Amino acid sequence: MSDRKPISTGTGPISTNGGPISTSARPISTRTGPISTRGRGKLELDPATVRTARSLARRVGRPIVTLAKQHTTVSVERATLRLAGLQGADADGIPWVNRLLDAVRGDVGLEHGVAAPVWDALVRGEADTLSTLAQKAAVGSIRFRLPEGRELTRARSAAKKHVGAGIRRVDARRRERDRLVKRYGDPDHKPWVYLIVATGDIYEDMPQAQQAAREGADVIAVIRSTGQSLLDYVPEGPTREGFAGTYATQENFRLMRAALDESSAELGRYVRLTNYASGLCMPEIASLAGLQRLDMMLNDSMYGILFRDINPIRTFVDQRFSRQVHARAGIIINTGEDNYLTTADAVEAAHTVTTSQLLNEYFGKEAGLEDWQLGLGHAFEIDPNLPDSFRMELAHAMLARDLFPRAPLKWMPPTRHMTGDVFRGYLLDGFFNLAGALTGQSILLVGMMTEAVVTPWLSDRDLALQNVRYVMNAAGNLHEDFRPAPDGFIASRARQVLAESIDLLERILAHESRTGLLEAIADGTFGLMKRPADAGRGLEGVARKAPGYYNPASEILEAT
Amino acid sequence: MTIMRPYGDTTGDGMVQLSFTLPISSQAAGAKLAEGAAAQLANKMGMDPALVVHAKPMGPDFTFFVVYGRVHHLVDTSQVRVVEREFPLLTPKEVNLAIRKALRRRLVVVGGCIGTDAHTVGIDAILNIKGFAGEKGLEYYRELRVVNLGAQVSVPQLVARAREEQADAILVSQVVTQRDAHLHNTKEMSAAFRESFPAERRPLMVVGGPRFDESMTEELGVDRIFVRGTTPGEVASYLVDELVTKRRQVSTSGAQAS
Repeated sequence: MSDRKPISTGTGPISTNGGPISTSARPISTRTGPISTRGRGKLELDPATVRTARSLARRVGRPIVTLAKQHTTVSVERATLRLAGLQGADADGIPWVNRLLDAVRGDVGLEHGVAAPVWDALVRGEADTLSTLAQKAAVGSIRFRLPEGRELTRARSAAKKHVGAGIRRVDARRRERDRLVKRYGDPDHKPWVYLIVATGDIYEDMPQAQQAAREGADVIAVIRSTGQSLLDYVPEGPTREGFAGTYATQENFRLMRAALDESSAELGRYVRLTNYASGLCMPEIASLAGLQRLDMMLNDSMYGILFRDINPIRTFVDQRFSRQVHARAGIIINTGEDNYLTTADAVEAAHTVTTSQLLNEYFGKEAGLEDWQLGLGHAFEIDPNLPDSFRMELAHAMLARDLFPRAPLKWMPPTRHMTGDVFRGYLLDGFFNLAGALTGQSILLVGMMTEAVVTPWLSDRDLALQNVRYVMNAAGNLHEDFRPAPDGFIASRARQVLAESIDLLERILAHESRTGLLEAIADGTFGLMKRPADAGRGLEGVARKAPGYYNPASEILEAT
Repeated sequence: MTIMRPYGDTTGDGMVQLSFTLPISSQAAGAKLAEGAAAQLANKMGMDPALVVHAKPMGPDFTFFVVYGRVHHLVDTSQVRVVEREFPLLTPKEVNLAIRKALRRRLVVVGGCIGTDAHTVGIDAILNIKGFAGEKGLEYYRELRVVNLGAQVSVPQLVARAREEQADAILVSQVVTQRDAHLHNTKEMSAAFRESFPAERRPLMVVGGPRFDESMTEELGVDRIFVRGTTPGEVASYLVDELVTKRRQVSTSGAQAS
């Protein structure tokens, strides 16, 4: 097996007793910088410049982390209840976690956290189980209060016990993945082949996903129904109706993971499952992913703000919690930088991708994710009519590779310049695959020649996989011979993009307030969207923590 | 000349190419049968002779074919009937340019779901920058100012906000159709706007949803209805056509008359 394989098959230093992962046991210290341990990469980027970029990202990100720590959200609190085992929904399909949280919030507010008032009620004997408590609370037969003194101590310790049990279930799922990966093995090639399934009906999705795995997919992503990101609750149960995708629910997660476990056994390699921890419920969906052993989650620090108009503070608070869960669960996150290039020009906006990658790395590591869990995204979206478009693609892809040598980079195919000319599209996808091979990408989302025409047909998928296989077979090791000239077009272009991204980070820091990133988001620095911190969806679900705020999940995850 | 045939490499040769999948195995003994099946389909579609140039098994149960062959059909362009959209489809650039040139300000769109409808799928597909079917939503258009009120907006709220924002157009999405809620809500809305605004100041009223009938505009009192599958680009093009192109025509013809 090649030593360049970026995705660790071992899963990092998880202790056998299921206890917290020690941060000091990280195999590679991020402070010394991965660049120094592997030479300077093919582009021979100046190490001082790279350090500058990282330290700027840290300075931009740190105040946001502070802000995130000062707030909680309805979804963070509901995720806590889900980790404690509360499931199911009322007759109208409203999840019990929503009903219970709303009742608690009505009585004592959100700012103290849901744990103390809920477990105080349980300790008082208002109900035997969380689920009975939720039902009683929903009909208004319970008054919640803020316990004090010894009662508070008892409530907190009961809460920690129950939530801790949920986190131990997440730990057990992670160990189960380790065992299965050991038994069935990882794919014997790189990059991993990532295919999308989305029928809207989970019972249609399952056989399709199994067929895709047989055809060569290493990772299956189930696209969510349009608009789920804006629902402030997670639907329940198996679902058969979605708009251009299938709802993310705990039961759908379980069904699909079980189907792919069958495929893993059949095919003799562990087939990974991906879904989306984004939108208003990302902490809850992250927790469900951990509980159902999903392997990758789309999870970007700013996507929801910019593209879904979700309140920035809500997003950053939810992000941090969900990334802590992903870190604990051994889930690889996929960030969404490709989206910038679908709205802005891929040449002009190349540096916004690098900037976002640096920020995603900072936010991810701060939340406890390790290098092997950072599936930083980028995409092949330059207008193919531009001269030297492929050389620029190589420069951008190689910049990402050299900046983040140990991250399992996610390489996204052309969408914007796929026109319906399927023959030209097939060629473009071939060049996309070649760029992936030449620059050592880790996760390759398979491009379809019928992009923008139809949802992929069986034959489209088969042709697309042939394209990938041909390129990998013919040129998979070409990266060994490929070294751009130090002052040639590719290296210069990469340096230019890095310089522009440093410039952008400096402009963000130049904003007056300490949280310059929030101001930058508000004034339209990213993408084209202006998103002020006091507007956007989900703002009403944010509360500044009161003194004495308590959340056992955060407490356990912070210590991870 | 209005009569023609497909062109391969010689005028009038009638050559076409076709690819498709059949749920048939072409492994081992099945190979000949599969190719024969493909040729039969091509023949029935009018290709004669049909040359099956490629047959590739996809798993045990499916085969992918590429077929070249001659068709004898004639195309008569004088008989081609095209259903025209009543407005030209514009690119985002053209939309922005048209608005900038004609209005010299941004065009204001206020959108939301009225009544108890909590399904923002439709309105978000049209308004969110993320968009729909590979097209960016209206937020992406530099010259459009979009105010998305989200779900469960009451009609009075919508009217008040439209006034406050000086909306040029109102976009309303209705997904829930129980007891014809989408029709009642839409009528209530159009009545409220007609009551609150003088005719020449009233914003353009556009509704959309999977269960509307495009021809019901008059009955519902709105200016345009969009149905399932509508993309943001179509909505933007319509807005430009109604609010920029047509109004300019009206004002210039008015100027000539006076």
